[in-house]
Amino acid sequence: MEMIQTKDLIFEYAKHDEEGNIIGKNRAIDKANIDVEPGSFIAILGHNGSGKSTLAKHMNAILVPSEGTMWVNGKDTKDPDELWNVRQSAGMVFQNPDNQIIGTVVEEDVGFGPENLGVPTDDIWKRVEDSLKAVGMIEYRSHSPNKLSGGQKQRVAIAGVIAMHPKCIVLDEPTAMLDPNGRKEVLRTVEELRKKEKVTVLLITHYMEEVIDADKVYVMDSGQVVMEGTPREIFSDVETLKKYRLDVPQVTMLADELRRRGLPIAKGILRTEELVEALCQLN
Amino acid sequence: MIRDITIGQYYPAKSILHRLDPRVKIVCTLLFLISLFLNKNVISYALATVFLFCVIKLSKVPFKFIMKGLKPIIMILMITVVLNLFLTSGGDVLFQVWKLKVTEEGLRTAVYMAIRLIYLIMGSSLMTFTTTPNALTDGIEKLLHPLNKIKVPVHEIAMMMSIALRFIPILLEETDKIMKAQIARGADLESGNILQKAKSMIPILVPLFVSAFRRANDLAMAMESRCYRGGDGRTKMKPLVYGSSDRIAYAVTWGYLIAVFLIGRFVAVKLWIF
Repeated sequence: MEMIQTKDLIFEYAKHDEEGNIIGKNRAIDKANIDVEPGSFIAILGHNGSGKSTLAKHMNAILVPSEGTMWVNGKDTKDPDELWNVRQSAGMVFQNPDNQIIGTVVEEDVGFGPENLGVPTDDIWKRVEDSLKAVGMIEYRSHSPNKLSGGQKQRVAIAGVIAMHPKCIVLDEPTAMLDPNGRKEVLRTVEELRKKEKVTVLLITHYMEEVIDADKVYVMDSGQVVMEGTPREIFSDVETLKKYRLDVPQVTMLADELRRRGLPIAKGILRTEELVEALCQLN
Repeated sequence: MIRDITIGQYYPAKSILHRLDPRVKIVCTLLFLISLFLNKNVISYALATVFLFCVIKLSKVPFKFIMKGLKPIIMILMITVVLNLFLTSGGDVLFQVWKLKVTEEGLRTAVYMAIRLIYLIMGSSLMTFTTTPNALTDGIEKLLHPLNKIKVPVHEIAMMMSIALRFIPILLEETDKIMKAQIARGADLESGNILQKAKSMIPILVPLFVSAFRRANDLAMAMESRCYRGGDGRTKMKPLVYGSSDRIAYAVTWGYLIAVFLIGRFVAVKLWIF
């Protein structure tokens, strides 16, 4: 069974004029088909307004499809009886680190999710401890979130999600508001979680560097899934990516330029070491 | 300026008072406030003083820190004292300034009123000094729980309070940022009379409100995505349970209140006019 699956998902919202009358419909997502296998690391790429965040909100049933269907852990997100199951199985981490922390103390915030699920008190403490350890924030457990850095706040938010024992974590541009250090911190945390806890990770981003480890990448543009494949496949096609206003990682860019100037370098180079290797092979 | 206000702040320390159940602290503070208005003579005031200072000693909050909390109410205090001093009549006239007579009764009410106000502020700020905002809202939620029966959304009110507390520093920071941004663009926030100053706040308040609403929207979404669905079926990470020290605190405070009541009722001591 797929962890997350969509079939011809369409999401439309009404456009209003200044008096509040409906003057038309905007299609934010247009027939998106996505399959996420359990345990995999999936990335969704797209520039601003491509519909990737709207799609993310569907995975948590914050939004429900206008047409088509989305299944999370085999449950239809349109079914109101399954709402809380869906939300528990797919945890969300949002962009703004300040606006998703509810507690005034780190550990209380992590406990918020389990409290809502009705987990017994002793179990909450255990879950809070485990998840704070998993993101490496255990020594900050009694701190106020206001005093943490952006990256630390996002790690607390991730801990808050994993304390609910989800099967899948959806990260909606978790690094967009962070500095380079914070970004690395958050990505490393996600990476570790993926390896240790074997959760499915769905990363939504517009930073290319973040997706090179993904098992599969979807590229979205104006509501449609326009490309899908492994990072290597996606980044081989620099021209198409540029058409969708996406930048490829610097290394890939350099390799591409070199190849165009006539050097025999393979397509889809993702890491610096690979390029070094490829260049050393030349003679 | 905002930093000067110590009322409502938390003073981290490890004391018996800090460890008490928030419900105990709320109820006992209320009892203490009631006792202040039952006070009738020197002995009961002395008792209140002893009680208050023992509690302050137990709390390990520096006395200076508590006195700082009195700063904002100095004006109110002065007005109350002056009004009571000159406008209460009764008993012999002690002295007269121009047309204003100071009577025995006036002096007595003025002094008592001042002490009451000072103790009132000290007592209630002691509660907030020793209780984290979250514990306080938890306590209020639990205490007001019976009101649920008459459809008062107690859990929601408590949740709103704790969220407000969480966002105060964030919004303060944001206000600061917006002010600097507007000053950088040539906004004049300092000069002019009150009306002009108030007007110059508009370009600060509008973006602040807009961003507050955006934050609220984000937060609501984050809460929903973490399965928040109101107070029903929710468990507590830190449930409130009374311990033996909580029971002792209740007993001591009730004992004190009854003592004050009895002294006011049956002991008639007069020290000069008090």
